[in-house]
Amino acid sequence: MLQKLGLFIFLAAFGLFIGTLGMNNYKLTNEILEKNFKEDALLDAKIELASMIDQNYSNSYTFASELSEGINQLNKVYNAQQAWDKKIYEDTILSIVKASANGYLTDNKGLMFLLTFGLAIIGALLFILPEIQKPAGIKNDGIYFNPAMTRKWLGISIGTFLIVFYIALYFKPQYIANWTMLVDPVSKLINGGEASRWFMYGFLYTISVLVMGIRYIIRYRHSKYQIFRTLSIMFFQTCIAFILPEIMSNLNLPSADLKNMWPLDYSFFFNYRIDKLIAGGTFGIFLLIWGIVLFVVGVPVMVYFFGKRWYCSWVCGCGGLAETLGDPFRQLSDKSLKAWKIERYLIHGVLAFAIIMTIGVLYTYFTGSYNLLGFIPTESLKSSYGFLIGSIFSGVVGTGFYPLMGNRVWCRFGCPLAAYLGIIQRFKSKFRITTNGGQCISCGNCSTHCEMGIDVRAYAQKGQDIVRSSCVGCGVCSAVCPRGVLNLENAETGTRVMIAPDVLLGNLMEK
Amino acid sequence: MEHVVIIGNGISGITAARHIRKQSDCKITVISGETDHFFSRTALMYVYMGHMKFEHTKPYEDWFWEKNRIELKRAWVKTVDFEEKKLYFRLPNDDNDKEAKIGGSISYDKLILALGSTPNKFGWKGQNLKGVQGLYSYQDLESLQEMTPQIKKAVIVGGGLIGVELAEMLHSREIDVTFLVRESSFWNTVMPPEESALISRHIAENHINLQFSSELDEIIGDENGQVKAIRTKSGDEIECQFVGLTVGVSPNIALLKVPQGNMIGREKPAFVLGVGGIKLNRGILVNEYLETNIPDVYAIGDCAEHETPQKDRKNIEQIWYTGRIMGETVARTICGKPTKYQPGIFFNSAKFFDIEYQTYGQVPAELPSDTKTFYWEHSSGKICVRINYQANSAELPLRRTDPKAVMGVNTFGIRMRHEVWDEWITSGKSIEYVLENLPTANFDPEFFKQYEKEILEKYNAETGSSLILKSKKGIFSKLPFVNRHS
Repeated sequence: MLQKLGLFIFLAAFGLFIGTLGMNNYKLTNEILEKNFKEDALLDAKIELASMIDQNYSNSYTFASELSEGINQLNKVYNAQQAWDKKIYEDTILSIVKASANGYLTDNKGLMFLLTFGLAIIGALLFILPEIQKPAGIKNDGIYFNPAMTRKWLGISIGTFLIVFYIALYFKPQYIANWTMLVDPVSKLINGGEASRWFMYGFLYTISVLVMGIRYIIRYRHSKYQIFRTLSIMFFQTCIAFILPEIMSNLNLPSADLKNMWPLDYSFFFNYRIDKLIAGGTFGIFLLIWGIVLFVVGVPVMVYFFGKRWYCSWVCGCGGLAETLGDPFRQLSDKSLKAWKIERYLIHGVLAFAIIMTIGVLYTYFTGSYNLLGFIPTESLKSSYGFLIGSIFSGVVGTGFYPLMGNRVWCRFGCPLAAYLGIIQRFKSKFRITTNGGQCISCGNCSTHCEMGIDVRAYAQKGQDIVRSSCVGCGVCSAVCPRGVLNLENAETGTRVMIAPDVLLGNLMEK
Repeated sequence: MEHVVIIGNGISGITAARHIRKQSDCKITVISGETDHFFSRTALMYVYMGHMKFEHTKPYEDWFWEKNRIELKRAWVKTVDFEEKKLYFRLPNDDNDKEAKIGGSISYDKLILALGSTPNKFGWKGQNLKGVQGLYSYQDLESLQEMTPQIKKAVIVGGGLIGVELAEMLHSREIDVTFLVRESSFWNTVMPPEESALISRHIAENHINLQFSSELDEIIGDENGQVKAIRTKSGDEIECQFVGLTVGVSPNIALLKVPQGNMIGREKPAFVLGVGGIKLNRGILVNEYLETNIPDVYAIGDCAEHETPQKDRKNIEQIWYTGRIMGETVARTICGKPTKYQPGIFFNSAKFFDIEYQTYGQVPAELPSDTKTFYWEHSSGKICVRINYQANSAELPLRRTDPKAVMGVNTFGIRMRHEVWDEWITSGKSIEYVLENLPTANFDPEFFKQYEKEILEKYNAETGSSLILKSKKGIFSKLPFVNRHS
């Protein structure tokens, strides 16, 4: 009953959230243009957008698309003139849309925030919290009857929404200007300014991790490993990824997500970021060194002792979202041998791409030459990586495909950091999933619920330890095993059982 | 090329096929009428509860069989001609027509019978009504799924492992379940009283209506031949749309049986002769090499009955891993290296709703006179450990050399390491040694609360000893006897 009410409230809030996109009136004025354009482009803009000035638009879509069209025209001209510095990017368009808006939403941001985000959170919690009345233990009943979790109509709808959301967020933020407006009150509270699209995204992301993290903890509350792990990802997302960078910039320090690292943070070595850190004085230099030490020393040492799980399922933001928001979809990962082959080509391909791209960027940074080895154009390496991997793969596909290919699509097939952590885990680490003698009954719960698509059972039923570069150590295989067969452990590297024994424990015939 | 034919694609038959393929190049054919591919029978319950799909119960992908040159044939075997070394298939849909024409045949050089089990029915009135079934085969799952929308109330007869699984399954679909158990406490023919009480409490806590000391008298049908109620021996009538019969399983050997004469007045013989003179009792009789009395014919898994069972082993073993071990063993024999069936120290495991159970060694329901027992239960009433050990008396026939050597363990709610317990029981470690080193056997995930200290303190208090913990959890790599190579 309470759960139905919660679901209703959540859906109502979500409906209103979508509805806010149609709210407000829009009017472009000369003042707005003056604020948003550099002097050398202002006149062009005034001429190009003359027909829009002081016109009333009742619809954000019409307004944003007319505005984008005009600015596209300008950019075309600048492209032709090779006047790259005059080009206008989507953030400018977004802030023009925001500045032009007026109406109920603009005047009642706080109320609208509560009615959308606030109610959605309350509704979700009402839906989630009553689950605590059920006895603790694995509660997977009905997963395969649920249209959201089995690629049925609801799953496809959620996936479509997420894909459209990410495309808008990355490439067409002017159409979701009203959503950034909704979180302005939060932004003002934290950093005193208006919300950027990335603030909006960060806020939404953090809320998702927290609310769905509570769901996860209730769901797996019989396991302390799962509770601690989830509290850890909730902490790192909220404090380290979301709040701390805001505090840093409030203090006029260069801001950074201290747990993010190259090559996942692929722009770490981009010239503007290095310059900014160096300009940031001692603290900036510290951040630069911290970022390098993290992946040069931190990764190998920590993976050696604990496996890649220390990062992927305890710290990482992408992993954090996958483990919380993505948990209902974990069973959708493909367990076939073919998928494993594709995975290895893809993820190591992306790692190689990231390394070459970064070498190119650093080469340009230090030499000023835009052609690595004389023929590789570093700028297009950089921009194609950003577009293909940074936006499309990690965002649109990585999260948008949760309900279609499972919650770790990015982590499994694309993340270059996961590839790097995985290589060390596979070849030099104390971590393994131990199998318990002859107890396996091949039921397949472990494989079904492995978000990384590892066929865990294939190892368990022949008494071989699971040592796979992709394993993020979420521990769910061990949790769902009905016979106590699987356990995540760290012990001497040489003790990992890499080759299945000829005869399993329990059969006394000669080996 | 020699042709090995295996009837049955369960764990025994498939393990045999895989291991024969590893050791030999012969032609292998596996026949099953149940499904196209091997699946994990134990996982059918999870399909019903929506934890997984049927395809997830298949331990090998479908391409595996062709790649490993294991031919699969989907057919029911009608009869076997052991003289001609030939199998004859049933025509489709002739289940009830014993005289129907034969639907093709196949010749073999060696035959492995891995026929599995069939749920017991003890001749109750109404046992063949619609809505009355066991839960063993894929077809059982299908018919249960088909009936589910019409079931509001269900009765389960028989308090064993399949019974509690069926209760959990029906409960997951919001069906009211009444569980008739003949004994005075759940599974107390296998479990000591404390464990039996612990499971009974947990089943009741999950809103299953457990009725002890209650026996089925008859199943009552409506005018359509559909079950509508049952009557117990004490005369109670319980309304239901489904009756689950889970009173054990028996070897599925109908295809080998021939009509028997009137047995009244004769003593029950040790065996009867089935089709072609194959020796049968409750199962197919086999020697320690898993050979039947007919040359080149073997029987493994649930359908095999051991003429001379190993110590501490039953003559019919219906456990997943014993089927697997028989498959591993018979493969050696067939590939020219005669090998005896030698299961080691007994072990098993199960899950009762949310409580996991593991056992190693011997922990009988009734304590034998040469055995002592130590039992600890957590205050929650959901976690317990029982360790049986040799009584410290030289006059009793000691099975192992050490006084107080451990004989077996039951553990509920704490996972333990198979290899550690196997070693402790095999080498006859004393109860004191085991309790002091109990954390070594702990297989629970990281950060789980450990109870070894509490357990040890209870033993100290009961016996006046002053043992102290001497090991920590998770150091199995340092154990000298665990020989692990990378």
